[in-house]
Amino acid sequence: MEATIASLFSDSSSSGYRLLAALALAAVLMLVDHRTDYGQWIRTPAGYITGPIQYLAYLPVASADWVAEQSRSLADLREENSRLARQAIVLEHKAQRLAVLEAENTRLRELLDSSDRIEARVRVAEIIGIEPDPNRHEVLINLGQNDEVSNGQAVLDAHGLMGQVVNVGPLTSRVLLITDATHAGSVKVNRNGVRSILAGTGHPDRLELLYLPDTADVKPGDLLVSTGLGRRFPAGYPVAEVTQVEADPSRPFLQVRARPTARIDRASHVLLVSQGQSLSAPAADAEAAP
Amino acid sequence: MMPHEQKSAGTGIIVVTLLVAGWLEVLPLPDMLEHLRPEWLALTLIYWVIALPHRIGVFWGFATGLFMDVLVGALLGQYALAFAVIAWIAALVHKRMRVFPPIQQSAVVFMMVGAAVLTAYLIQDAIGRAHLAPWLMLLSAVTSALFWRPVYGLLRWVRRRFLVR
Repeated sequence: MEATIASLFSDSSSSGYRLLAALALAAVLMLVDHRTDYGQWIRTPAGYITGPIQYLAYLPVASADWVAEQSRSLADLREENSRLARQAIVLEHKAQRLAVLEAENTRLRELLDSSDRIEARVRVAEIIGIEPDPNRHEVLINLGQNDEVSNGQAVLDAHGLMGQVVNVGPLTSRVLLITDATHAGSVKVNRNGVRSILAGTGHPDRLELLYLPDTADVKPGDLLVSTGLGRRFPAGYPVAEVTQVEADPSRPFLQVRARPTARIDRASHVLLVSQGQSLSAPAADAEAAP
Repeated sequence: MMPHEQKSAGTGIIVVTLLVAGWLEVLPLPDMLEHLRPEWLALTLIYWVIALPHRIGVFWGFATGLFMDVLVGALLGQYALAFAVIAWIAALVHKRMRVFPPIQQSAVVFMMVGAAVLTAYLIQDAIGRAHLAPWLMLLSAVTSALFWRPVYGLLRWVRRRFLVR
């Protein structure tokens, strides 16, 4: 790397202008991306480059899983098989009762003259990446535009609500988790229907209930379920369990902490829920809105 | 021996090294190591600016940063700005960097990467998405400085092997 006479007197002044131009361009980009949706014009084409890289980054994890799967003993598999069979019987038993309850629910709703819930459609997606920036709680799933994923779709795992799709790329999509500091959603206490807003804190196992008065009836162990009022999440899915309630007289509201019921840091497969028509205002929910 | 009279070559190789660095950037790591992930893209960019300052500069930094933005889903422009600044500083100090002893080189790399991650952190903070302490962000600048020499050696081998100029 020899320095030449020409590069000794390098054009440092013109590189200053270049930096200025780059800074201005970056500022415009940030404003546009923060305030509008036009950032998609860059994200979508660039997604064709970054998508394969994200799949490649998932490869070591996937192959380690595959090796672990191959090296399991027959006894392990037999045991798992019998455990799953037992679980299936229990779940089928629950499903039998569910059918009856659903029919009864429909009849009651007809009596009340309120609109029927639309059966949600579900598809399975695989988590192929976790956001490397610890400030943001996001995951990548292996479905994108080509699989007709859309912004705002709810994402669940087997135990509860995980988050929502916030960015659909050509090959992958980005899911904002409910634990992200910028995420909040409407929930109610399953025991008595007390409504509140459940906000993420940025900690992977801590959520907070906002704006609950000191007199609100919330106890540790209460299950929080989604209300569907935000028109984002389908109603009635478990979201979190209250872990700690603290009444501090110096503060206007209760300090309520909750833990997500979904296994957010362990899930490898998730369910994407498409709500069909229920996004367009079920009448009962609109009336109940504060 | 006038590099300016030689034709540029090996742009493809540079792009490939940047793509590989991007792959390392999103490779899953255990949670404990997440803060310690070196800024591979920044290191690769710094190397190419120092090696080929006459063709790799601010706009390569900007483009690399934009690539990073899309890759990690950051606000568009966040890393573009940070990396443009890195490229500019690296171009300013490239002659000194070439003659610095390894320890001093690593110190300069620490400062450049540190400036970049703090810039990115400020932008994140401005849109309300930063809640971890800023010094935690600096951990990645420390590991970047530690990884600088191996990355430097590897990329120098790549540059000579594929005659990038």
